[in-house]
Amino acid sequence: MGYPHPIHPKETPVLSTYFGDAEARTVAGWKARGGYQALQKALAMTPEQIVDEVKASGLRGRGGAGFPTGLKWSFMPKDDGKPHYLCCNADESEPGTFKDREILRWTPHALIEGCAIGQLAIRAETTYIYIRGEFTEPFHVLTAAVAEAYAAGILGADAMGSGKRIDIVIHRGAGAYICGEETALMNSLEGRRGNPRIKPPFPAVSGVFAKPTTINNVETLAAVPHIINRGAAWYASLTLSSPKSLGTKLISVCGHVQRPGVYEITLGLPMQELIYDLAGGMRPGRTLKAVIPGGSSVPIMTPAEVDGCPTDYEGIVSRGSMLGSGGMIVMDDTTDIVYQVMRLARFYAHESCAQCTNCREGTAWTTRVLERMLAGKGKESDIDLLMSLADNMTGKTICVLSDSCATPVVSGIGKFRSEFDAYISGARSLDVVEVS
Amino acid sequence: MSGHDTVPYQPVFVGETLAKLEALYPKYPEKRALLLPALWLVQEARGWVPPEAMHEVAQQLELTAAYVAGVATFYTMYHLHPVGRHFIQVCTTSPCGICGAEDVARELLVQTGCRDLGATSPDGRFTVVEVECLGACGFATPLLINDDFIESVSVDTVASVLARYP
Repeated sequence: MGYPHPIHPKETPVLSTYFGDAEARTVAGWKARGGYQALQKALAMTPEQIVDEVKASGLRGRGGAGFPTGLKWSFMPKDDGKPHYLCCNADESEPGTFKDREILRWTPHALIEGCAIGQLAIRAETTYIYIRGEFTEPFHVLTAAVAEAYAAGILGADAMGSGKRIDIVIHRGAGAYICGEETALMNSLEGRRGNPRIKPPFPAVSGVFAKPTTINNVETLAAVPHIINRGAAWYASLTLSSPKSLGTKLISVCGHVQRPGVYEITLGLPMQELIYDLAGGMRPGRTLKAVIPGGSSVPIMTPAEVDGCPTDYEGIVSRGSMLGSGGMIVMDDTTDIVYQVMRLARFYAHESCAQCTNCREGTAWTTRVLERMLAGKGKESDIDLLMSLADNMTGKTICVLSDSCATPVVSGIGKFRSEFDAYISGARSLDVVEVS
Repeated sequence: MSGHDTVPYQPVFVGETLAKLEALYPKYPEKRALLLPALWLVQEARGWVPPEAMHEVAQQLELTAAYVAGVATFYTMYHLHPVGRHFIQVCTTSPCGICGAEDVARELLVQTGCRDLGATSPDGRFTVVEVECLGACGFATPLLINDDFIESVSVDTVASVLARYP
């Protein structure tokens, strides 16, 4: 459901069915709603059977990359004699994205159950749930739920009486966007600075504590119990568009809409229906100007690109952007695109881990150029400079944070060039505080 | 430097705090992995992370104090100096920014008397900082006051929110 709003007829509530229902937070409440049946079932399955079921469901990573989950699990070695780890990425920090937060604070047992099943699938001995430090309420809810699951014998040395050991440890971050990048997450978990690592080695070969590791997003893992319960064929039947975009997806819609919230859609729902029917559309008298559909790291879309676009992985790519995390930022005609691009660049400059030169220097330089442009001190050459910086920040660094900073700059200039020119020509200027 | 210049430094890792740290050892294959949790324990006990505590953490986890400082300074949530009684983080990243978050931030600075971001009010009651994306973009403007997550704050509700934090 579009928490805090009631379920809209165009939603497909699966993961979100119990958002807002505080009783679902307890073991008894979760069981009364059908919880832990999937884990019971999975405990009687072989790891291969679980992996095959998830492969057949078509589930793809819901954190942003969209990599097939079952395939990712199948990369984990078998019979290598080493400990394996599952990391659940609950470091949700991508601007515009607030979907995992609802899973964490309303249905923590859905995540615990998903982690437990994932752990069985990859033969892991422990799941580390890395939750961002700012998520205080979700942290307390999840901590209580894990403790209760241990007390109820669902987790621990004899999980649900199966004789199998399932351990879940909650690890709290401390304020760093970059720790949502999977290799930075592992470094942070190991007690290091959150600097991303060069791949290879890939996590399935050498991940956290140098052991085979899989990292999955909260929403991905929370979907797994439904797939085990209701079957891969059911999940794979959920699509309104592409055969490659299957299942449901939580879309967090924010910005200039009348009903911001987290909506669960069958993949492929037209983006206009999502924005206008589910999220209530624009405020009275306002028109749509731009949409960032998948968290701040994906290209900005124009209303023409939104028109007729299915909300799925392939459809949004065909319109020049990405589904990403499903964090949708909607902007109406009051929005100053140049200012917002600067604000996003400032975000990335603030969050750069600073280990790669192109990112450390490029994000800060980009921000400074945009700030001076806004302050009325822009130069004719600034557009070329920004594009050149963006080029040097794309595909040149260990992780994609600097690419993510370049993305709104390139798409902003490409699609809203006249607004940049207005600042450069002196037709507009703002009283902007240059902070960096 | 510790803000307790006239009072000798009292170790953090004794009694209950030490027990909490020790209870975490079996959960990780390496001691170093306890670094973030240990720093949280320090902040929970002291309200900030004094340099002396970094030495203590280093000793507990068999690391160097320089290493601990290197990690502690990477993360934004560890306070490396004392802060006001109530620590306010206001999200002004784009999704909240387009919904009026910068006005809320300005109002907070005026009403708390902090005047500048990162500064503590003269009465020691508040410190206000901007934070990058609190992950609650549909509930603009979100604040994190100490451990309390407060959604949908507007310029008009700032006063009533602050009144809850004497």
